[in-house]
Amino acid sequence: MTAGDTRAVVFDQVSKSFGAKHILSDVSFDVGAGEALCILGRSGTGKSVTLKLLISLLKPDTGKIWIEQDEITQMKESDLSRVRRKMGFLFQDAALFDSLTLYDNLALPLLRLTDKSPQEVDLVVDQVLRQVGLGSDKAKMPSELSGGMRKRAGLARALVLQPKVLLADEPSSGLDRITASEIDELLLRQKTECRTALIVVTHDVHGARRLADRVVVLDRGKLIAYGTVAEIEHSENEVARKLISES
Amino acid sequence: MTNVFEIAGKVSLFGLRAAIDSLRRPFEGAQIARQLAEVGSKSLPLVIASGFALGAVMTLHTRSTLVTFGATSVIPTVQAFAFFLEIGPLVTGLLVAGRVGSGIGAVLANMRATEQIDGIESLSIDSFKFLVVPRIVACTLALPILTLVMDFSGLLGGFLSEYSSSRLSLQLYIFRAFSAFDWSNFWPPTLKTCVFGFTIGTISSFFGYTTNEGAQGVGRAATSSVVISSLLIILLDVLLIKVIFFVFPGSAL
Repeated sequence: MTAGDTRAVVFDQVSKSFGAKHILSDVSFDVGAGEALCILGRSGTGKSVTLKLLISLLKPDTGKIWIEQDEITQMKESDLSRVRRKMGFLFQDAALFDSLTLYDNLALPLLRLTDKSPQEVDLVVDQVLRQVGLGSDKAKMPSELSGGMRKRAGLARALVLQPKVLLADEPSSGLDRITASEIDELLLRQKTECRTALIVVTHDVHGARRLADRVVVLDRGKLIAYGTVAEIEHSENEVARKLISES
Repeated sequence: MTNVFEIAGKVSLFGLRAAIDSLRRPFEGAQIARQLAEVGSKSLPLVIASGFALGAVMTLHTRSTLVTFGATSVIPTVQAFAFFLEIGPLVTGLLVAGRVGSGIGAVLANMRATEQIDGIESLSIDSFKFLVVPRIVACTLALPILTLVMDFSGLLGGFLSEYSSSRLSLQLYIFRAFSAFDWSNFWPPTLKTCVFGFTIGTISSFFGYTTNEGAQGVGRAATSSVVISSLLIILLDVLLIKVIFFVFPGSAL
């Protein structure tokens, strides 16, 4: 397998089951640096599992997953830690540590995983928080943040280590159209300015149309369509056409 | 029955992993300090109030019996032995299992349900070492200290109760309480609470950290943490008393 040499992420014929329940069957796709891939599909079709497989919170039953040059499915935990530093994960509900302030949430990975001095950590945290529009909220606890602010804070934490691959699980869920659009804008900027590879699981077709260079459509764990938005719109598969055209 | 053995095996491996990880870098000093405050200082009011009340009530009860035999002078001795050997360690263990065990179980289960633990892992941070080990270490370190606070609160409650009946002076009360006391009566029962603390931390963290049932698992983890920790503390108490008598024969009265 040499795809990992040229692509930021390669998901190669991956299958995953939980007991007798098949979640993913033989799913393949790839994403390059500075590209965005959106994963669409109805609820329970394995979209979030795909993201957790990509960051190795779950292991696939079969198939291979490449993050740049690293094949991660057989990796030891110590090596996985190195690979995860290249990745950021925006969780659906942000998953901020509720016992830490916003500042501490962002400073934690910097203090533990880099050689930065406390002053340098301050600078990076301030810069990232300003980038997502939360520069004046760093002393707040996660419980004091609104839904949109939590998403931004989750995104800030995902970006704080300057990842080469950013995974986002439903970045616009539960948000109004304007706030969702702001989050999409931040993701777009990350993609174009930092050439970060984006993989976004979403139900928001507007967001997907805006962000995606290519789209993967999953249905009952199977990949039923894969291509640009225009290609999916003309797909032979009715479910895929419906999902991309729903508003 | 197989399920019980399976859980017992998993909990044992969980505790062993925590013990080994506690000796590995990074030592998570800040997290341990935070948990010590949570487990230790926030439990102090409960422990002091309980110890004081138990001490006062125990003196009232023993006084009415001992007065029949004209042996009221041994009340401080009885009180000290009762608290340092058994009441202090056991009651502190049960109180902490209730207050802290449920908290640890619920917090970790909630962190699992809200993907905070996945969040930590996604940042290349070992969530077990970051979340579980400090809680177990804090429980292990805090229990002996809380036990001593309970012991002395019990003696204070006993003294005030006795003083209200006989006007016994504090100096004489302390002299009588500790005149027959030996270090072998003090250290082993106090240090056995480290085992209680390790048990509370391990059981509670296990049920919280390994739950996979979403919001429903939070309540279940809290309940299981308290019930099983309390039961194990009582069983371990019996076992450890036998061990103490074997290792320190002088402490067997």
